[in-house]
Amino acid sequence: MTTGDRSSHGATLLDESIIRSTLDAALRRGGSFAEIFVEDRRSSSAYLDDGKVEELTSGHDRGAGVRVVVGETTGFAHTADLSPEGLSAAADAAAAAARGGGGGVRAVALTRRPTHNASTVRISPSEVAKARKVELLQRADHAARASGPAIRQVAANYGDSRRRILVANSDGLLAEDQVVRTMFSVSVVASGDTGMQTGRESAGHTVGFELFDTYQVEQLATHAAERALTKLRARPAPSGSMPVVVGPGGGGVLFHEACGHGLEADLIAKSASVFGGRRGEMVASPLVTLIDDGTMAGEWGCFGIDDEGHPAARNVLIQDGVLTDYMWDHLRARKEGRPTSSNGRRQSYQHLPMVRMSNTVIANGAEDPADIIASTKRGVYVAQLGGGQVNTATGDFVFGMLEAYLIEDGKITEPLREGNLIGNGPQVLGDIDALGNDFAMGHPGTCGKDGQGVPVGDGTPTLRVTAMTIGGTAA
Amino acid sequence: MAELVDIAERVLGLARDNEQVEIYAVHDRETEVRAYGGEVESFSSAESQGVGVRVVVGGRQGFAWAGTLDADVLAETMADARDNAQFGTVDEHAGIAEPDGVEPALFELFDAALLDFATDKKIDLAIELERLTLAADSRIIGIESAEYVDTVHEYAIVSTSGIRRTGRETGCFVSVYTLAEENGETQNGFGWSVGRAPAELDIERCARESAERATRLLGAKKPSTERLTVVLTPWVTAQFLGILGSTLSGESVLKGRSLFADRLGDLVAPEFFTLVDDPTWRDSYTATTVDGEGLATRRNVLIGDGRIERFLHNAYTARRTGTRSTGSAVRGGFKSTPGVGPMSLQLVPGTATQPELVAGIDHGLLVQDVSGLHSGVNPVSGDFSTGAEGLMIRGGALAEPVRELTIASTIQKMLLDVVAIGGDVEWLPMSAAGVSMVVADITMSGA
Repeated sequence: MTTGDRSSHGATLLDESIIRSTLDAALRRGGSFAEIFVEDRRSSSAYLDDGKVEELTSGHDRGAGVRVVVGETTGFAHTADLSPEGLSAAADAAAAAARGGGGGVRAVALTRRPTHNASTVRISPSEVAKARKVELLQRADHAARASGPAIRQVAANYGDSRRRILVANSDGLLAEDQVVRTMFSVSVVASGDTGMQTGRESAGHTVGFELFDTYQVEQLATHAAERALTKLRARPAPSGSMPVVVGPGGGGVLFHEACGHGLEADLIAKSASVFGGRRGEMVASPLVTLIDDGTMAGEWGCFGIDDEGHPAARNVLIQDGVLTDYMWDHLRARKEGRPTSSNGRRQSYQHLPMVRMSNTVIANGAEDPADIIASTKRGVYVAQLGGGQVNTATGDFVFGMLEAYLIEDGKITEPLREGNLIGNGPQVLGDIDALGNDFAMGHPGTCGKDGQGVPVGDGTPTLRVTAMTIGGTAA
Repeated sequence: MAELVDIAERVLGLARDNEQVEIYAVHDRETEVRAYGGEVESFSSAESQGVGVRVVVGGRQGFAWAGTLDADVLAETMADARDNAQFGTVDEHAGIAEPDGVEPALFELFDAALLDFATDKKIDLAIELERLTLAADSRIIGIESAEYVDTVHEYAIVSTSGIRRTGRETGCFVSVYTLAEENGETQNGFGWSVGRAPAELDIERCARESAERATRLLGAKKPSTERLTVVLTPWVTAQFLGILGSTLSGESVLKGRSLFADRLGDLVAPEFFTLVDDPTWRDSYTATTVDGEGLATRRNVLIGDGRIERFLHNAYTARRTGTRSTGSAVRGGFKSTPGVGPMSLQLVPGTATQPELVAGIDHGLLVQDVSGLHSGVNPVSGDFSTGAEGLMIRGGALAEPVRELTIASTIQKMLLDVVAIGGDVEWLPMSAAGVSMVVADITMSGA
């Protein structure tokens, strides 16, 4: 790989001697596990709105989080001060949670793990002139506005980041990783007799500036504009229950909410998931094979190591409808006496890690997507999903439809206005009766849990759910 | 305290003669205790500092931030912001805020009692919250989380235009997610209590309400699809107001993203509907005396007696509109430039209690909670569709619980369909106060 940053930032984030002394300090008052997580994150972004480049932003975050586990209690503290004194103070604060624990000195022998990067970065964004990033925004603005006089407003956003992390713990683990992400998005407002409508398109990958060799910003902008224009002639979405066909790449959010969160071991352990105690059982249609895969090179949710230092892994969660495993972080796996599944992630050094998804995908099916639509008498076709939300305790989940159409007599007909769909996870998984052979990845996403956002990816082929409740206003 | 403003002034000292520069420096401390199974599940002690630097030169704006207050990094941040300014589009209205002579309201948002509150007591509060919740009802089988959180926020804003403001605020809250089970079915409920210092927290109420919210949904079924009148609980109304408030931002209006852009002075709601954004209301959890650009916050009537009276502005949107800033510059921390938005929304309350509102409805739905507001509501088009759960209202009384349903309308229509506003104002951990609100003719989608 050719990262221009290597020369100036090739050194380790923190010396081993400081790492060792920090871990020692963290365990001074006792505890079964201590960890230091060091992060250095640089980002740049550029924003255009209303025809103007409003500003370029540069950001730099650097710091460390220290955690100590004593019995069932985790102590955590973080600091932006990476001096031995600053880290020692953070270690003390984290250890303070160890109330009444037995003290003791424990020598930690660190074994550095080989680095394996999540993906190749051909053009480091930090080496690219700012003027080129600005130019992308202006090209997108022009292309969107050229889509028709009804286009009233365009906003475009460019962003890149380079995140370096180092994780070391009292089990002797020492690992480092560097992840570069680049993204671009366009939001458009169109106005007509029926009021205003919006359209959005985005692209994001764990790659460098070569993202724009794959994606033309004009195409992204035109696509966003078309979505807004189409919705100007959209009718209110229906209300009530009917079949739903989700297009390729569109269904990831559905699985992320319908069962992804419910398969996170921290929620399982607290009886806060409808999927608790169901390993080995049929939890979905036999068509469904669900995989969480942090190794998918270049995808938005990939990484070399998770935020607890373990190499990214590919985990089959549901195989042919049967629940095979949950997702695990260090803490939950340790309790169960099993290895982690490398799903321990955190937003930044200021946060405790927890069980999180990476790239969540449904394996390809066998059917021709055209047949799936043609065999649907009346329903809704969702080409692009918005975000979603789930209550893992009940399994009820919603997701938005950003681009959707009515299916009448096996044909996609009129566009529909926006709205939410609601379903129940276990029910919907069982009600999947068709799976296409046209697998595609969806849009880059940010998954929020307990106030922490992490980048995630998803992908699905075309699929059909026999019945979901459409949250529209029309009869 | 003096230190933070000194650091900000030092960075400001790097400004050149032709530059407008604004420095926003922040020092935050946060403690979070989570209890589980009668023990501390996690205890987090966090201290973060950072600075955001905005430079405007010749009508072009640049910005840079850093998550530290180290001297060398600050100089680099200033240089980055200056470099970034070369690439903005020239905008004659670009610029930082000018002092406007309005003095900030005089009230204290800092309670030293929070600093004196011992760590052990914080832990005890979280553990007691879990215990009270588990004891509230025999059907409570556990919790997802029970937490105590406190924050001490200090900030300084200084600029080349003569802005020099500092302040500090304390806040704390407890919250619990409760799990109830009956006949193999699980439901959950949320409870909370907020204050400036721990003595203001009501953990009994937090525990009781979360247990009640969880247990009363047990046995919930999916309802059939129909149009009916809904009672939004204070928690839900506050979330609705947050979306409504975003449509009344001067930025949305200027950029053609507000569905109320051309409607200043128009009747958009019944005459008893008055919406105010008032960060100077001390009881509000998000009260603050200074906005994100260092201007005094003030009481702004957005919708008065059903008519749109005013849009919110920061210095930039005010200049472009030809008006004055309403002191409504909002920042999402030091990592972004100031935007425009409401800080502390509240509806002028009516007098009825929630049971009285329910008693006046023959057939309806009490909406206890909503989900997916971010995915099903479009504040530009006004389309409103959200997942919901709650209790049916039959013959003026609460009846069977319902779930896995959506409620839908448009923001415009919902405002016109408001039938009543309750008197049960409740301050929530968000930038809007809750109050029960009755809205007619909502589509409830279910089976």
